[in-house]
Amino acid sequence: MLAVLTLVTGVAALLLAAWCGWAAYRDQPTKDWHFIGMAVVSVLALIQLVIGIVALARGERPDQGTTIFVAYLLGAFACVPAAGFMSLGERTRWGSVTVAAGGVVLAVLEVRLYDIWGG
Amino acid sequence: MTAVEEKPARNRLISGPGTLLVWLYGVMVVGAVSRSVYQIATDFGRAPLAYSLSAVAGVVYGFITYSLVRGGERARRAALVCCAAELVGVLGVGTWTLVEPSAFADSTVWSDYGMEYLFIPVLLPLSALYWLRRTREQAPSAP
Repeated sequence: MLAVLTLVTGVAALLLAAWCGWAAYRDQPTKDWHFIGMAVVSVLALIQLVIGIVALARGERPDQGTTIFVAYLLGAFACVPAAGFMSLGERTRWGSVTVAAGGVVLAVLEVRLYDIWGG
Repeated sequence: MTAVEEKPARNRLISGPGTLLVWLYGVMVVGAVSRSVYQIATDFGRAPLAYSLSAVAGVVYGFITYSLVRGGERARRAALVCCAAELVGVLGVGTWTLVEPSAFADSTVWSDYGMEYLFIPVLLPLSALYWLRRTREQAPSAP
């Protein structure tokens, strides 16, 4: 369950990065549709956070330690919203670039989460 | 996360490409600080040098992030100095880890020029130095 969700969130994050990268390429700021996309990715990360904590509460243990696992779950959840807020303050193509970078960072976090949980 | 207030008196360092820089520095702050706090708290004896260096890197990143957000000529200069120090640090530690791997029982943020972090640690100070030098032209008061 967690592995599938990690994969889905990672792919969604990369799609978001590509989408916002395209907006930046066309010299556009993030628009409403981009924010809906960010919301979708953030909700995925939130579901992942909840399911991860439920798995811990059930007594399952990640391979590389509970603290690191929870820290990465929180980081993954905060990643895209933080980039989204920054793009609200920067209404140029650079706001879009920032969200694209946020998507890439989230994808990297998902790969790490997969390793930490132990595939 | 980052409050963007309009202060025309201060040279704004976080407009345009500066936004991306603040974002990446913010990510590095979280990465380096949380990593070193965890490692120092749980298993400092295993690799004291590596973990201390990660902590130092985290503090430097934190200061640069703060300076960029704060803006102004003094913050720009302070950030410039710290970015240079950061570049020296990542190049020095990166070389050190390649030449003398035995000194490091565990990797740091700056190991192998930040390869674990997609080389962001070595690319970031270069782009930040470029950006901070470029923003000087628009500075309202150049001392």
